[in-house]
Amino acid sequence: MDEKVTLPDAVKDWEDTEVKSTVARFPERQEHFKTVSGVPINRLYTPLDVEDVDYQRDLGFPGMYPFTRGVQPTGYRGRLWTMRQYSGFATASETNERFRFLLEQGQTGLSVAFDLPTQIGYDSDHELARGEVGKVGVAIDTLQDMELLFNGIPLDKVSTSMTINAPAAVLLAMYIAVGEKQGVSMDKLRGTIQNDILKEYAARGTYIFPPTPSMRLITDIFRFCSEKMPLFNTISISGYHIREAGSTAIQEVAFTLANGIAYVTSAIEVGLDVDSFASRLSFFFGSASEFFEEIAKFRAARRIWARIMRERFKANDDRSCMMRFHTQTAGYTLTAQQPDNNIVRVTLQALQAVLGGTQSLHTNSRDEALSLPTEQSVQIALRTQQIIAHETAVTDTLDPIAGSYFVESLTHNIEKKSLEYIEKIDAMGGATVAIENGFIQREIHNSAYDYQTSVDKKDRVVVGMNEYVVNEAQQFDYLRVNPQAEQEQIQRLKEVRSRRKDDEVKSALVALGNAAKGDTNLMPLILDAVRVYATLGEICSVLRDVFGEYKAPDIL
Amino acid sequence: MSSSKKIRVLVAKPGLDGHDRGAKIVARALRDAGMEVIYTGLRQTPEMVVRAALDEGVHCIGLSILSGAHNALFPRIMELLKAEGVDDILVVGGGIIPEDDIPDLKKAGISEIFGPGTTLQEIVEYIQANVKL
Repeated sequence: MDEKVTLPDAVKDWEDTEVKSTVARFPERQEHFKTVSGVPINRLYTPLDVEDVDYQRDLGFPGMYPFTRGVQPTGYRGRLWTMRQYSGFATASETNERFRFLLEQGQTGLSVAFDLPTQIGYDSDHELARGEVGKVGVAIDTLQDMELLFNGIPLDKVSTSMTINAPAAVLLAMYIAVGEKQGVSMDKLRGTIQNDILKEYAARGTYIFPPTPSMRLITDIFRFCSEKMPLFNTISISGYHIREAGSTAIQEVAFTLANGIAYVTSAIEVGLDVDSFASRLSFFFGSASEFFEEIAKFRAARRIWARIMRERFKANDDRSCMMRFHTQTAGYTLTAQQPDNNIVRVTLQALQAVLGGTQSLHTNSRDEALSLPTEQSVQIALRTQQIIAHETAVTDTLDPIAGSYFVESLTHNIEKKSLEYIEKIDAMGGATVAIENGFIQREIHNSAYDYQTSVDKKDRVVVGMNEYVVNEAQQFDYLRVNPQAEQEQIQRLKEVRSRRKDDEVKSALVALGNAAKGDTNLMPLILDAVRVYATLGEICSVLRDVFGEYKAPDIL
Repeated sequence: MSSSKKIRVLVAKPGLDGHDRGAKIVARALRDAGMEVIYTGLRQTPEMVVRAALDEGVHCIGLSILSGAHNALFPRIMELLKAEGVDDILVVGGGIIPEDDIPDLKKAGISEIFGPGTTLQEIVEYIQANVKL
């Protein structure tokens, strides 16, 4: 071999000879290839594509800044990710049964889905709750429901994630109160509240209050937990719903981290020291269909966040720079047609999350484009994780996909493009402004529209849906939520209201309302109110009266 | 169908569901197809949807629910329309709606249900073919 040929010349030579003659005879499938985020994909990647990447500066070592290769020095060799299936439906007792089933099947953490009235701060007998009680999650009105939900599940033995945002403080307070009844003090509780209001405005829709008081509730929680709940994740800054609403992978990273920046900024503005709360921030991403872009996305997100925390917010503690995240496979990629194909999609997406170094994982069930999952479907979804964990050996070394010219180049590109977006959002005045003026929602909507159009035109093949279609009579046995759940829940709520001490409830609510007008931390007052069985709706109604309600901008 | 008159459509999100990706995409596709589209935004009660439809004088209402509340809210909207003496507005729906629920929804007066996998073109053509101007 001629040693004088440089790599750029060799690459050019390969393109001019081998590639050119082959393409002349057999044209490639497309003229251009690019990721869903618009990053061009080259025919081949070589060391030339990673010349900008400096190993020690940009990749480093697992457990060390900037955490590109993972947050734990021993990764899954030490401990596997937490297998955590999001679940909840109908009443607290029915969901408690599903929780126990999942724990028996080897699930290692709980993840509570609440119904929409709970997420939006209405009791089950509110006019707006009609038809929604127990549908997309479990209905929680009072501490009694929470007691039933965790009946027989010791809170010192399990970590619990709660998808709750606008009323996060109320559900956290109820969780603390259940712990007290079980004899588990709050400093021992492990888990996560989602508590991420900005993405509710931008993508998910379960907001209540306007941004300013919402940010105050969030920073109240940060402060309360930094003093009293050292093991609890105070927020799960979520890209998942941004992605599900239609964003690309790069937008998912950019908008999520822009929201993260807004939370950290708010907390610092109210006087919190960055290193006192930042290590309890956690994140949540989707894992969609494009294998390598998704893996690169997870790695890029870790690196960008580390640099933001160190360079922008001057965090000293490495743990403040460490992005820990949960992943859920992408619901929007599931098809209602030939639902068993979804098992394959979920398997690949779960593998991406594992190769990307996730801390916990939810695998979607095959039937979720049709309904909530049956027990059998959830079992397959959980088994998918267990197969990856125990049979594939991808867990035996850390960040195994690092060093791939393609993956490192993609990781670098995602970082670069995400930072461009973040700069744009900074220039507008930050994520809150970019949401209030509709910029982020419009960007997401445009990507969603492009995606749908490409599927409709079959530029993007969705197997079993727009290609390889079969005639299928729907024979699928899907889960039907107990239609009596709404009435049963309303009945139980009435009973709790009639049994509790009204004067205690009233004084707790008055105290909360007064505190909301000032600037004391609301967490202890909310805790007092839930302990005497004030309802979620009553607490949120007091806060609505003081804070007002958010009005979404029209972006169409 | 007279070519001079534009089809007016109300795209509505009844209930508490926040999943509006589909509703917004459909709204845009209908607009691109030359229709006048009013989008309600989230959290509409059946009463609000019907009021908006009457105030805006629409020919068609497109309802979207992914939360499972369709069996309660879709028929309620049809009842309210009937109570207002309205029988010439085409009402269609979409979302996560199990096949088994569709016959009853149609019996209640919903003309068509569009499930996951429907193309935008199918929805546009259905409305153009069935709306009463």
